[in-house]
Amino acid sequence: MPDTTLHLAAALDGLGWHPAAWRLSRADPTAPLSSRWWAALAGEAERAALDLVTLEDSLDLQSTAPDGPDGHTDQLRGRLDALLVAARIAPLTQHIGLVPTTSVTHTEPFHVSTAVATLDHVSGGRAGWRPRVSARRSEARHFGRRNLPALDPAHLDAPETVRLVGDLFTEAGDAVEVVRRLWDSWQDDAEIRDVATGRFVDRDRLHYIDFAGRWFSVKGPSIVPRPPQGQPVVAALAHSAVPYAFAARHADVVFVTPADAGHAAAVVAEVRAVEETVGRTGPPLRILADLLVLLDETPTLARRRRGRLDDLATTDVGSDAAAFTGTPGQLADLIQEWHRAGVDGFRLRPAVLPDDLTAVTRALVPTLRDRGLFRAGYPDGTLRALLGLSRPANRYAAATA
Amino acid sequence: MPKQIILAAHFPGVNNTTVWSDPASGSQIDFASFVHLARTAERGLFDFFFLAEGLRLREQRGRIHDLDVVGRPDTLTVLAALAAVTTHLGLAGTLNATFREPYELARQLATLDHLSGGRAAWNVVTTSDSFTGENFRRGGFMDRSLRYERAAEFVRTARELWESWAADALAGDRDSGRYLTAPDPGAFIHHGDQFDIAGHFTVPRSPQLHPVILQAGDSPDGREFAASSADAIFSRHGTLEAGQEFYRDVKSRLARHGREPDDLKIIPGVTVVLGDTDAEAQEKAHHIRRQQVSPQTAILLLEQLWNRDLSGHDPEGPLPATDPDVSADAISRGRAGMYPDPVATARQWRALAEEKGLGIRDLIIEVTGRQSFIGTPRQVAERMNHFVQADAADGFILVPHLTPGGLDEFVDRVVPLLQERGVFRTRYAGTTLREHLGLGAARPVSAVAAPR
Repeated sequence: MPDTTLHLAAALDGLGWHPAAWRLSRADPTAPLSSRWWAALAGEAERAALDLVTLEDSLDLQSTAPDGPDGHTDQLRGRLDALLVAARIAPLTQHIGLVPTTSVTHTEPFHVSTAVATLDHVSGGRAGWRPRVSARRSEARHFGRRNLPALDPAHLDAPETVRLVGDLFTEAGDAVEVVRRLWDSWQDDAEIRDVATGRFVDRDRLHYIDFAGRWFSVKGPSIVPRPPQGQPVVAALAHSAVPYAFAARHADVVFVTPADAGHAAAVVAEVRAVEETVGRTGPPLRILADLLVLLDETPTLARRRRGRLDDLATTDVGSDAAAFTGTPGQLADLIQEWHRAGVDGFRLRPAVLPDDLTAVTRALVPTLRDRGLFRAGYPDGTLRALLGLSRPANRYAAATA
Repeated sequence: MPKQIILAAHFPGVNNTTVWSDPASGSQIDFASFVHLARTAERGLFDFFFLAEGLRLREQRGRIHDLDVVGRPDTLTVLAALAAVTTHLGLAGTLNATFREPYELARQLATLDHLSGGRAAWNVVTTSDSFTGENFRRGGFMDRSLRYERAAEFVRTARELWESWAADALAGDRDSGRYLTAPDPGAFIHHGDQFDIAGHFTVPRSPQLHPVILQAGDSPDGREFAASSADAIFSRHGTLEAGQEFYRDVKSRLARHGREPDDLKIIPGVTVVLGDTDAEAQEKAHHIRRQQVSPQTAILLLEQLWNRDLSGHDPEGPLPATDPDVSADAISRGRAGMYPDPVATARQWRALAEEKGLGIRDLIIEVTGRQSFIGTPRQVAERMNHFVQADAADGFILVPHLTPGGLDEFVDRVVPLLQERGVFRTRYAGTTLREHLGLGAARPVSAVAAPR
């Protein structure tokens, strides 16, 4: 049966997604360096029964420039490691999914795998993970191990750029494959504690993953027993064909960026077609549309606040996702329309935190509930269950059964 | 005022000292276990809680080792989660510098320091082990002689990154619209033999500036590295005299790095067994040792020295008559070689077994025991305090044998006696780990001598 539940996520970053958010936020400008900030935001989202929150990250300073820092002193800069932030708030929440971003270009898949598996253990099955490609030369220089050519966003179809992007996504695909194999490398019943034979584990239920690829090889097994969800939820942000294919091969959830309802339908059709092309075997991708949202009680108030933010910003908002400015009721209309166009849900990026998050949780969510579009609370279970995804069988257990 | 004792607790790890066959042994994975042990340590006003790290499952005779506790969560992730359920306890993790890069690890540690309000610590280890390297992009084989070079440069680079944000970098001035005081926050350049990196660090200064640096290792290189770069060193010296000698040697190395003796704390790992009488404690200790060294485990530990398949031997019978095989590849992988001269050690063990009439298992129990305090709470408190006042240590890392309740009795029965003697705190005076350890503010990297 198709999953028709509307899924809602909040994308948390800094003091909000608008470059001038920190100017109008009520919060201390350095609040994102404190655990209290993240716990409060996650708690707010949880009280409204949102499916999950995502936490942005990169191995570089925030920047408006394509390939390195931009020298701006008027925008929020500096951030914490997203996975550790997710772990820090896990014990303070009970139901909401926690989806940190980590780079997979310069990091070790083994470390990423054990960290996300551990997030799943400490959160009782609420971990997700958004693998991210690091294409910037500035990030590569932080590691000093490889030289990446400059990626010119104005010439994305140049043959060398196409090759570079293809390579980066293929490498990212290898990383996710390794991470997923490691999650399965322990069968669920590997720990036996058999006093009679003196054996703590049954080594026949532990598996070498023996991954050998172009960029790295990983032997396995993991050091972390299989996480509660079996496979934590993998999410990818995608804007075009190559990342759509990456998501179709490797992810459970894809965040997409349609411009309007018609485009949303086209994106959904394209994602479904790519799923066919790559021979996806798992359940269909959960497709969540990203929207930058600025909400207020009246359209005028919302436009006025948007105007103030834009005036305070020295750079264009430059959002990859469509920006919505209006009332919660108007946003509910849009959500209903796009949902009918085929997206499974939305990842809302609050323009200013906490204001636009609380508008989502306290005004939008009740409106959606009134219209019968959104859950009233959390059912029991893991993040996978919340998203309508079953717990996958272990690939190695199946092979040895 | 008498010297104050440092106390830390280790979460029981994956080797055979962790008893899993006891009915009181719980999960080593469930977060609740970590919460219990950490909260017990904090109830006991401990300085810090300590996690080891695993990067590859050990193997012996070419197969995954299956007798000890296997499987543990990722160190940094657990420590970040524990920051949510504790308020003062230091959070220390072993993190291998061979399979991580300074930018990544410095970022994670600075994050942990922010998220815990200044309670992060890093136990620096490296490996030259290509066996472990098979799990990593980097591979990992490194000449042994380069290990401390990499470690020293790694720590120095991490410190440069931690300092890369100016103390006043964040203006956050809404009226003028200036978020930063200068356009290039976190800029760094490091050119060295091990690392050649440049760019911008993403994490503004953390509460401790430099998370506390711990180091384990007893070789001359290790001692020198600790003297130059660490805030605390683990040791394991069984007797008071051996402890005092180590203490004198390490503390005497500090001056040439421009440091004071108090700048480096010496904290051996110890086990404690308590009883209402001395005899009861001794009997309990004996029982624990037999749980730790099962018949199967005895053979496996013997194989690690002999480097031969000894699976046909009777664990209660005599030691093998042959000498260790020093020509073959190590029979045990994923664990550092523990015996520099296996043939000599084997002869000592054989002589000891003959002299005391011990079979394999009892001999293993005898020779693999570590520094321990066994007795009534009063006896243990007295002896621990004597070690510290006599400069054999500055404190101890307790290594319980049970997860997660292994610290309960010590906190309930010994800590009050140490407090009674005025040698252990009755409340936390500060909030950061540096404050607990009496280390003072972090010394800027510019004030630390460059490595040779």
